[in-house]
Amino acid sequence: MSASPALPPLLAGNPRLDQWVGFPAPGRVTVSTGRVEIGQGVLTAMLQIAAEELDVVSDRILLQTGDTDLTPNEGYTAGSQSIQFGGVALRMACAEVRSLFLDHAAASFGYSRPGLSVHDGAIIHHGEATGHDYWSLSAAVDLRRHATGRSQIKNVGEYGVVGQNAPRVDLAAKVFGEAAFIHDMALDGMVHARVVRQPRRGATIKTVDEAALRRAAKGPIEIVCHGNFLAILGVDETVVEAVAAVAGNHVVWDGLDAINPFQEEARWLLQQPSIDRTIGPPAPTEPTPGATRYEANYTRMHIAHASVAPSCGLALYRDGRLTVWTHSQGVYPLRDALARTLKLDPAAISVKHVQGPGCYGHNGADDAAADAAVIAFRTPGKPVRVRWRREEEFGFEPVSPAMVVMAQARLDASGRPADWTTEIWSGRHTSRPGGGGNLLAAEALPDPPPPAPASESAYPPGAGTRNGEPLYDFPTKRIVHHLIAETPVRTSSLRGLGATLNVFAIESCMDELAERAGVDPVAYRLSVLSDVRARVIVEHVARISGWQAGMRSGTGRGHGFGFARYKNLAAYAAVVAEVEVDENVRLLRVWCAADAGLVINPDGAINQLEGGIIQAASWALKEGVRLDTGGISSRDWESYPVLRFSEVPEVTVELVSPGADHPSLGVGEASGGPTVAAIGNAVAHALGARIRDLPLTRERVMAVLLKV
Amino acid sequence: MQPIPLIVNGRSVSVTVDPDTPLLDALRNHLGLKGTKFGCGLEQCGCCLVLIDGKPEKSCGKALATVAGKDIVTIEGIGTPDRPHPLQQAFLDEQAGQCGYCLPGILISAKALLDRNPSPSRAQIAEALDDNICRCGSHVRILRAVERAARLLREGEAR
Repeated sequence: MSASPALPPLLAGNPRLDQWVGFPAPGRVTVSTGRVEIGQGVLTAMLQIAAEELDVVSDRILLQTGDTDLTPNEGYTAGSQSIQFGGVALRMACAEVRSLFLDHAAASFGYSRPGLSVHDGAIIHHGEATGHDYWSLSAAVDLRRHATGRSQIKNVGEYGVVGQNAPRVDLAAKVFGEAAFIHDMALDGMVHARVVRQPRRGATIKTVDEAALRRAAKGPIEIVCHGNFLAILGVDETVVEAVAAVAGNHVVWDGLDAINPFQEEARWLLQQPSIDRTIGPPAPTEPTPGATRYEANYTRMHIAHASVAPSCGLALYRDGRLTVWTHSQGVYPLRDALARTLKLDPAAISVKHVQGPGCYGHNGADDAAADAAVIAFRTPGKPVRVRWRREEEFGFEPVSPAMVVMAQARLDASGRPADWTTEIWSGRHTSRPGGGGNLLAAEALPDPPPPAPASESAYPPGAGTRNGEPLYDFPTKRIVHHLIAETPVRTSSLRGLGATLNVFAIESCMDELAERAGVDPVAYRLSVLSDVRARVIVEHVARISGWQAGMRSGTGRGHGFGFARYKNLAAYAAVVAEVEVDENVRLLRVWCAADAGLVINPDGAINQLEGGIIQAASWALKEGVRLDTGGISSRDWESYPVLRFSEVPEVTVELVSPGADHPSLGVGEASGGPTVAAIGNAVAHALGARIRDLPLTRERVMAVLLKV
Repeated sequence: MQPIPLIVNGRSVSVTVDPDTPLLDALRNHLGLKGTKFGCGLEQCGCCLVLIDGKPEKSCGKALATVAGKDIVTIEGIGTPDRPHPLQQAFLDEQAGQCGYCLPGILISAKALLDRNPSPSRAQIAEALDDNICRCGSHVRILRAVERAARLLREGEAR
C-alpha cells in the first residue's frame, strides 16, 4: 500500500470533508471556506473552484465563509494566500467528495468506476443518466471522514469554469444598495455604542464627568466604564454619536506622554535600538580590491489603511454565550483573543464574518469587534453595535510602519552588483490579535495583557523583510534587518507589508546603477535576470508600453520601470509608469504585465492588479500619516489625502500565462511594490534627479527643481 | 417633536425625530434605507450622497429640518435588480467595484452627472466623481462603467 500523499496544509489542519462540503437539501450544496470577502473577489473564485471540482453549477452552491461555527479554520485572509493555499485545499476536498460519491455508485450499483462522472450533481455512466445524484446518495456517503489526498483533481485541460471570467457574486447587492455590509446589520433591541478611546496607549482615566456626558445627550444614554475602558450607548445612534463627539471634553486622563512629531518621517529609525538579523551570507568585512561601492537610502512615512468606512462590530452576550459579528480578516484568531480578554472558553464564543469596507490589512476591524464584545459582556442580553468614528479609524487603527531601506552594492567591472545588501529599518509589520494581545479594548481593561513582543515573520516570505532579496542574479545577496520594537504609534500589516518600500528601494537603485553603467534600465535588469517567467513579463510590459531605450531624461515627462515577484514566491508583476512633472507629479499611464500561474477568474485577478496599482500610486504620490505630540493628527480625508478620480491614470493590465499546469500564485498584492518603484523611476527620469523619500509630494519635487 | 415630511424615492414619508438629526441617520435608522452609507460624517468622502431636488448632496451633515418637504432620491430609488438603472447595469457589466462600499455614493454622483450631461467626456466624469473616495482602486472600471451607462442611455433615447 502506498503512503498517503501529503495533504495541502489547510486541508491537513481541517481534514474532515464535512467541514468543507455538504448536501443539505435536494439540489443544494454548501461549501465552506475560512477565507472571507474583503473586496478581493475571493468568494467568486472559491465558488468557481468548488463548482469545477464538484461538477455542479455554481448557482446551487451556498458558500459559508469565515464563521467559527461553520467553516474551517484557515487563520487570516491575508498575504495573497487565499487561492494559493485556501483554494488548493478546497479543490482537493471537493475532488475527494466527488470521488467518494462515484466510488459509492460503482460499489453499490455495479457501474464501472472509470465510466462514472458527474454532470451538475447527477451521476452519469458513459454518458447515460444513472438516476442517482449527490442528493439521493448523500445519506449513504458519510462525509464525516478525513481527507486522504488520494483523489484525482481535474487536469487544467478539463476545466470549464476555472479560468473563465466570472462576475462577482457580491457585486449586485452593493450596486442596488442592499444591506450588504456589517454596518447595515440591525438586530432586534440593538443599542449603538461609541468608545471614548484612551488618547495614548497606557493612559488612565483620572475623572469622568458622567453628569456632563448625560447633559450633552439629547436622549437617554448609558455609560459603561470599566478600568480605562469608557463607552457610551443608547438606542438612538444620533444621540450616541453626538455625545461621543464631545466626550473628550468631559474626561481627564493621566499618562499622556507626548509623542515626538518628528517621528512622522522615517529617518529617526536609524538611531533606535533594534532587534537585528542577517539573512544570507555575512557581509564582507574587507573592502573588495578594485570594487566600487554604491549605496543609497530610501524612506517612507507611516501609511494608513484608510478604509473608506470606519470599522464596525456587533456582539451579543446571552446565556453565557458570546456571539460577535466582525469584518476581521481572521475569525478564529479573533475568537481566541476575545476568549483571553474576557476570560471565556473559546467554545463559548462564535465569531462570524460579515463584509465591511476594503481593509487591505489589519485596520480597526478587530478592535471594533472587541469593543462590541467588551460592552456586550457587561450588558448581557443586549445586542451592541459599535461603529467607529472616522477620526477614530484614522487616529487609532494600527498603521503600516515607517521604513528606511538602504540598498548597497559592490559593483563588478561591468557596473553590475557582485555583492548586494538590502538593509532595512522598520517597526513591526505584524501585530494581529491572534499573536497575543493587541486589542485596544483589552488594553483598557483592568489587568491588561502584557504587550506582545515585537516579532518578524520567518523569511521567506518575511514581513518587514518581504522582498528584501532582489530576484536578480547577483552572486551574493543578503538582507540586514533592524526591527524597531518601540514606535510612536501602533503598527501592523498593510497590503504588501515591507515589500512596498523594499521593492521601491531595490528597483530605484537598479535604475541608478543602470544609469551609472550607461545601460537602458530594462536591458540592465535583463542582463542579471535568468528567471524565465520573470524575463517574459519584463519583456511583455516593455513591449505593450512601447518602452524605448535612450529616452532623454529631465524633460518633464518620464517613463519608469519596476519589477518584483511578490514574496519571491507568489505572482510576478512588471510595471511601466509614465508621468508628467512640473511642480506636481501627474501620473498619466500605467502598464502592468503579471504572471500568476493558474488564474481562477482572470477578470478578478486583473481587478486586483488594477486596484493595487491605483492604491500604490496613491501611496507613492500622496500618503503619509501625520503626527503631533498627541499622536496621529491626520484624522480626516483632508489631512490624509488619497488619490481622487481626476488623478487616476489610464491603466492597462495583461495577464501572461506561463502555460498549463502551473499552480496558482497569489496576485492581490503583486502590483503594489512594482508600481511605487515605476512611479519613482518615472519621476526621476522626468526630473533628471531622484527623490528617494516617499511620498513624492509637490514640496519634494520643488526642492529637487531648486537644486537642478 | 414635530413630524418632518419628506419625499423619499417618490413616496411621501414623515419622520418624527430631533430636527437636527442628520438626513443620513434618518434614512438609515428611521426609514430602514441602508443603501446610503456612512463614510466619514465630515462631508469629505461621498459615501452618503443622495439626490436632493435632483442635486447630489451629502446627507451626513444635513440636518433633517433643512430638507423638510424636499424630494430625496437614494440608491434604492435609482433602480432595482428587476429594473436596474442603466448605470447599475453598466457597473455590473464592467464589474466596476471591489469592496463596493463607495458604490452607492458614486452611482448617485454619476446619476446627477448624466441627468445634466448625457455625453460627458472621461475628464468630466472624473471631475463629477472627485467628491467620492474609492480606496480599493476601482476607478478605471468605474469611469468605464459611467461611459457605458451614458451610451446605454443615449441608445435608449434614440430608440
